[in-house]
Amino acid sequence: MHTEMGNKQSAFERVEHPAVMQRTSSWRGVMRDPGRLGAGLGLLAMPVVTAMLAKKAFGKAALPRKILDTLNFALTLEYLESNFYNKGVASGVIPSSDLAIFRQIRQHENAHVAFFRGVLGEKAVREPRFDFTAGGKFDPFHDYQTFMTLSQGFEDTGVRAFKGQAGNLMSNDDVLTTALRIHSVEARHASEVRRLRKLKGWITGDDANGPAVLRQAGVYAGDSTWPSEGNTTQLGIDVSQFQGTDAGSEAFDEPITRDHALSIASQFMV
Amino acid sequence: MASKTRTTYTTVPAERAGASSGSSATVHLGSGDVGILNYALALEQLEAEFYTRAVDAKPSGLDAEAMSILDDLRKHEVVHREFFFTALGKNAIPRLSFDFSSVDFTSGDSVLEAARKIEDMGVAAFNGAGQLLTNPDFLAVAGKIVSVEARHAAAIRDLLEPKTASFAGDDVIDANGREGARLPAEVLPLAAPFIKERIDASQLPTM
Repeated sequence: MHTEMGNKQSAFERVEHPAVMQRTSSWRGVMRDPGRLGAGLGLLAMPVVTAMLAKKAFGKAALPRKILDTLNFALTLEYLESNFYNKGVASGVIPSSDLAIFRQIRQHENAHVAFFRGVLGEKAVREPRFDFTAGGKFDPFHDYQTFMTLSQGFEDTGVRAFKGQAGNLMSNDDVLTTALRIHSVEARHASEVRRLRKLKGWITGDDANGPAVLRQAGVYAGDSTWPSEGNTTQLGIDVSQFQGTDAGSEAFDEPITRDHALSIASQFMV
Repeated sequence: MASKTRTTYTTVPAERAGASSGSSATVHLGSGDVGILNYALALEQLEAEFYTRAVDAKPSGLDAEAMSILDDLRKHEVVHREFFFTALGKNAIPRLSFDFSSVDFTSGDSVLEAARKIEDMGVAAFNGAGQLLTNPDFLAVAGKIVSVEARHAAAIRDLLEPKTASFAGDDVIDANGREGARLPAEVLPLAAPFIKERIDASQLPTM
């Protein structure tokens, strides 16, 4: 196959080399004027430093309220996740065989917090206080199974919650793309944690094979706006007709509303 | 990457979405949202065909769990492919033909390594395509698919390097915890060696 692209080369010039995009904190994909920050960006690998750049990048034009609210919502969920993994890794509850996995997840969630705080600057919401026992119901930092169950719940909820905000970010390509790039990282986390628990990395139906406590908490449920994870109708098309109901539901992850996500997260906020 | 591949592009006359020019075997993705959905359909066709062949080949060295994962991925990609064909209807590109001669389907390692590349590419492709869509319903459905592709990518990477950081490795996630996002101009040259037809992406939106 040969590829043939149009003549809008100026747009393509904004495309980063994949290795640069993956390994450095270059802002050319986020900023409209790639030359502004110069070529030295690749040296700035620290999330905190790049978070300050993030503020500059998105802050050049004031972001509308809808986007600020959405970013603060995302930050709230990232606070929860980073807090959970920081405590989890420090607690010693994670066996050494699984530590590399959760250290990597922790690193990403901490980076996401720094990133969103950098973007929002003084408009960033404060970190809530968390109680991962949910008032004494759970003991995740002494019981590894509970830790993994909550991790699965937070990751699968995070994927649904980010997905649910895509429409609110359509007015700003840079913010939308950034959100998508974080959304897929959460999905990688979710898959890994689910498979650690001997579940499939993807969600079959409403996750009947998964932990009852997560189903009861509404992690896989629908709400007034969107269907549950078991949904098999996409754009009006019955997708169970192609490879059966299970595959039809597994092949599409479902969004949730902000309220739905916060109702799950708030169980762990003091 | 873009600077190297850009020189290989030539502009061809615009034709309507889904039209195949027959003997020259050029497939035109079309323009606007239809073009982006056809782009997604081309990638899903590639993925579905790859896993169909992988499962049929029963590669050596893969345990039951790995084979089960490959079969699930086959089903998911077939669902995605048929979903896009159905959604696009008469605007859909034709069924493509593929050349996977570079993959040794008798070897589990070869299959998993190819799967890793295909899934990582798919996630970055959907991440980059979202901003090119204008219909929020299409963006929503792309979002529903991309996270499943990311779940696949993590599982394949974990099969290759079990219980390491590889499932979301530093080679695909940057220091801000963000995965890559690639535009069609970057993705299509990566897919090109596997697709026999010429893909004309000249009418796709670029920003």
